[in-house]
Amino acid sequence: MTLQELHIRAAALQQLPPQLMTTPPLLTMTAISKRYGDVTALQDVSAKVYPGEVLGIVGESGSGKSTLLRMMNLEDIPDEGDYRLDLPGLGGNLFHLDRLERRMLCARQIGIVYQNPHLGLLMNHSSSGNVAERLLIAGERSFEALRARARDALDASEFPLARMDARPVELSGGMQQRVQLAKAIALEPALLLLDEPTTGLDVSVQALVLDTLKRLQRDRAITMVIVSHDLGVIRTMADRVMVMRRGSVVEEGLVDQIFQDPQHAYTQQLVHAKL
Amino acid sequence: MSLSNLTRPWEAFSYGFLDASAKREMRRKMLKAIAVPGCQMPYASREVPIARGWGTGGLQVTLTLIKPSSSIKVIDQGADDGVNAASIRRFIARVSGAAETMDTLEASILQSRHRIPEEKLRDDQILVLQVPNPEPLRPVEPNMSAAREMHADADYSRLWLTLYEQIVRSGRIMQGAAYPALVNGRHVMTPSPIPRWDVPKLHMARHLTFLSAGREKRLFAVPPFTRVEPLVFSDVPYKVEDHASLTCDRSGVKGYFMNEIPKDDGTSAHELSDSQFGVKAIRRNEGETVAIGDTWYKNGTFTQ
Repeated sequence: MTLQELHIRAAALQQLPPQLMTTPPLLTMTAISKRYGDVTALQDVSAKVYPGEVLGIVGESGSGKSTLLRMMNLEDIPDEGDYRLDLPGLGGNLFHLDRLERRMLCARQIGIVYQNPHLGLLMNHSSSGNVAERLLIAGERSFEALRARARDALDASEFPLARMDARPVELSGGMQQRVQLAKAIALEPALLLLDEPTTGLDVSVQALVLDTLKRLQRDRAITMVIVSHDLGVIRTMADRVMVMRRGSVVEEGLVDQIFQDPQHAYTQQLVHAKL
Repeated sequence: MSLSNLTRPWEAFSYGFLDASAKREMRRKMLKAIAVPGCQMPYASREVPIARGWGTGGLQVTLTLIKPSSSIKVIDQGADDGVNAASIRRFIARVSGAAETMDTLEASILQSRHRIPEEKLRDDQILVLQVPNPEPLRPVEPNMSAAREMHADADYSRLWLTLYEQIVRSGRIMQGAAYPALVNGRHVMTPSPIPRWDVPKLHMARHLTFLSAGREKRLFAVPPFTRVEPLVFSDVPYKVEDHASLTCDRSGVKGYFMNEIPKDDGTSAHELSDSQFGVKAIRRNEGETVAIGDTWYKNGTFTQ
């Protein structure tokens, strides 16, 4: 290698954000494919998420973004593909874990907020109880500690503590999402998955929930994957974005880059689509 | 030579109502239940001449265990003389030739609903509990296949969650009967429907306990000297019913589980729930010599 080539390479390296260079990705998914009968849900999808980063996934309905997120939460197993998390004590393809290992991993290291609170919450238990369930799975057996830690988690997700023993059915949509968020972050997971967390909320509440998420991300440097079809949400939250269509990734890059200068025809259409 | 010379004289093929193959199936399941304490074993649950839900599960276990030299005591809500208890006891005695008894000390098999006797059971006695709902996870997981997976994973966090909710809502644990308990450090069982008062009696007990649900077709067992630990938070101790200070109106005995008898003037009197224990105390007060065994509770506190 000539000196000139080395200079060019060094210059190229300096242009990349330094974190991407020094830390290995927290989440690595390689060549995920999944078919439901005749329908191809995912076709050879790969993704990487670096520690402390927020990855946004956008795409139209049916593009496979939620399926991909479900696989990150190990709720669904693909036909083929490899999934690794760079965490101590974890090695090999996570899709090969048995049910018990999968459950423990999901409880301790992965938090998820669903679009539909009914999927993530026990509607007839109190909100604090919903958060406490996570802690109980992790083996906490002291009532006072459960109470204190549930309170802390609800406080961190900016839930009004006066209502911490109300059942989620009695709460508004935004509050339910906050309970889900508190449940997800109660054990300080390595990875937080958000599946359309603000869809179905009105704009002002949406802004408040995004605010909370943003603050959490700043304070705790949680690694997040956020799925949304709302480009505004992705623009506010994400560092990097992945555009999906018909089960495969069409474009991937930094948020500004993708939104300012979309290369793929579908992304251009998406970015410029307005009502 | 006639046929009667060649054959044996007629005798009953089996006794104790169930036929030999039914008993064999029960025995296998009972042995299996003892081998894995607290784990629910499915069984065929034959028809017996009482209705489902009236003690058919307990009856089948008793009929399998019984032999003509046994003596049988049947308890219903602590009493031996209720219609249900009396009918079951008479039926068992009639089909097996076993002796009927009301005395806990004399009985070799005790079939019970709702109560464990106050007098300590010995290692030569077997307790058979009739259980309406054998699945502790049913209130928290209506899907039985999912519940079975939770048992397999020893995932009982939802049960703790119900206790958490009760403390949050009412300031104390409200679970009166069917208090979930961890058996041998592995399986959670519901010792339904005995009160909290009776759950510690199963812990490291000398006797063998069978719990059988005829309608649900499940049986499980607590072998002798097995740990039975009610689920509790580390900072909220297990509390039994507050009956230690109550005095029995009929026998004057104090410090045992009582039934509340409402009075016309709005107050209430109490009497011993274990009625035969009360009868013995009355007879002793009247000057008879009655053998009263060692009890689990002494002056209202539990002693192992």
